[in-house]
Amino acid sequence: MTTEHEGHEGAAIVAHNITKSYGSVHALSGVSITVPYGKVFGLLGPNGAGKTTLVRILTTLLRHDDGNATVAGHNIASNPNAVRATIGLTGQFAATDEHLTGRENLHLVGKLYHLKKDAIKHRAAQLLEKFSLTDAADRPSKTYSGGMRRRLDLAMSLFNHPKVLFLDEPTTGLDPQSRITLWQIIKELVAEGTTVLLTTQYLEEADHLADRIMVIDHGKIIAEGTPRELKSKVGGDVLEIHVERVDHAHRALDLVRHLAKEAPHIQEALGMISIPTAEGANAIVEAVRLLDAAHIKIADIALRRPTLDDVFLTLTGHTENAPASAPRSTGEGPHFTTGDGNFFSTR
Amino acid sequence: MNIVLKLEHAVSDILAITQRNLIKYTRLPQLIIFSTIQPIMFMLLFTYVFGGAIKTSTGSYIAYLLPGILVQTVLFGSMQTGVSLAEDLSRGIIDRFRSLPITQSAILAARTLTDVVRNIFVIFLMTLVGFIVGFRIEHGVLHFLGGLLIVLCFGFAFSWISACIGLSVKDVETAQVAGFIWVFPLVFASSIFVPVDSMPSWLQVFAKHTPITATANAVRALTLGQPAGDFALQALLWIFGLLAVFIPLAVISYNKRKG
Repeated sequence: MTTEHEGHEGAAIVAHNITKSYGSVHALSGVSITVPYGKVFGLLGPNGAGKTTLVRILTTLLRHDDGNATVAGHNIASNPNAVRATIGLTGQFAATDEHLTGRENLHLVGKLYHLKKDAIKHRAAQLLEKFSLTDAADRPSKTYSGGMRRRLDLAMSLFNHPKVLFLDEPTTGLDPQSRITLWQIIKELVAEGTTVLLTTQYLEEADHLADRIMVIDHGKIIAEGTPRELKSKVGGDVLEIHVERVDHAHRALDLVRHLAKEAPHIQEALGMISIPTAEGANAIVEAVRLLDAAHIKIADIALRRPTLDDVFLTLTGHTENAPASAPRSTGEGPHFTTGDGNFFSTR
Repeated sequence: MNIVLKLEHAVSDILAITQRNLIKYTRLPQLIIFSTIQPIMFMLLFTYVFGGAIKTSTGSYIAYLLPGILVQTVLFGSMQTGVSLAEDLSRGIIDRFRSLPITQSAILAARTLTDVVRNIFVIFLMTLVGFIVGFRIEHGVLHFLGGLLIVLCFGFAFSWISACIGLSVKDVETAQVAGFIWVFPLVFASSIFVPVDSMPSWLQVFAKHTPITATANAVRALTLGQPAGDFALQALLWIFGLLAVFIPLAVISYNKRKG
């Protein structure tokens, strides 16, 4: 059913200047991307940034207003069924039929790909095994946990060995354990040569999985690069120390000032100091040692990674007068610790 | 891709999705039980509560009522089409189907076909209960089956109206309310339960010219052995007319959901 690639042999997804408006709202205003075969491309942005709109356009679920795009060499507008035959899509919520068993869900997809009966049976069993769903295969999928349902959903989108896999916020709403399992699966797929376009609100997730990241906001691309490039734009880690006695804050700062690579920040009233640092975890060890020796009691200490908040603040330049990596959140904000989920709260 | 293969795929898509739709009923037997109890209850209540007070040309009221209440039953049943579509849309199932290389209209065709299958089941049960409470076929089984066929086609046509409603609203609850509210006056201001002649003359003008009255009269005439030609023709014209309007409308509004 698939035809020869129509140009762009080198790239799995090529999109030029895609635009989409709903009335006066510009969901996408001129987005261009190129995703080479075998790579993971992360589309990072808050809710309403246009991530899902772009995915829906590239997977032929939504018509774009202007621009053009090919997926696996097929034009999305003129040859949508050829695109559909080569892609897999896992949406924001698991699109499984809750009354059907896991196996029946997979068989249905196989039938809709017009595969032979034996091939369908075989592939379904193989996927159930791969996604650890064999034991639950003959139970209606409404009895599944969130993580199991998401795995089934992913298995369904992988049924026909897609060349390009679209994952729209694949781990939103999952518990940490299920999220890590899903990451592992995605990594395996990529190792087998699948191209992945992934949207996410989690910087950590994009960082973990993507070869390249595109940051999107208000329907526009505001940055593109490798995770390393983007993070260097944002700045490194921030060491946050909360001392027990607020009048100790200044003395504490003097003791650890040498760990800072940029101007530190102090909130005296809270007894809180923030130090942009390049020392990583070592900074915590050093700070604890120094403050302990000076008998300054620490209420809390954490190494905060740059969050998506920071990325946006830096890239959109909303806070030009504040240092990019300075903590925006004060006492009432969420508490970040090393390796935390870096959840982005929408503004 | 040649035409034969395309058709083969379209048929297999419709069958696969219809099967998926029907599995729901086997997994939720309560759903099918309660949705059949309701029309049966209606039939029994009308027969025993109002039956004595309603004057019909037929001997017993059940002989008058059964053909009519079958029309009402498939009409209510058809309104499920839109609700189910709205449900699948809201759960992302339709997005899943749409991202697959299938015949796109198969989704709508399968949904309406599913409701025909369900209507066959419910009609069968209703007729059975009708027999128990005294209904008899008086004009040959073939005529009666012909009448049932008209009822099913009528339900199929209204399924497409319902599909249009389900595709144009935003959520399942709205689909539910919007699907049923306009059906009630149509059902009661018709010849389903009482002869239209007993209504005030202004209402008769309306009641005599609805597809519901036409269909109910056709089925009744066929089962009672009265001349049915005119009514059957009227009913079929309505059915084809509705299909000609609402199939394209449903397809357009389905495609429009692409934004």
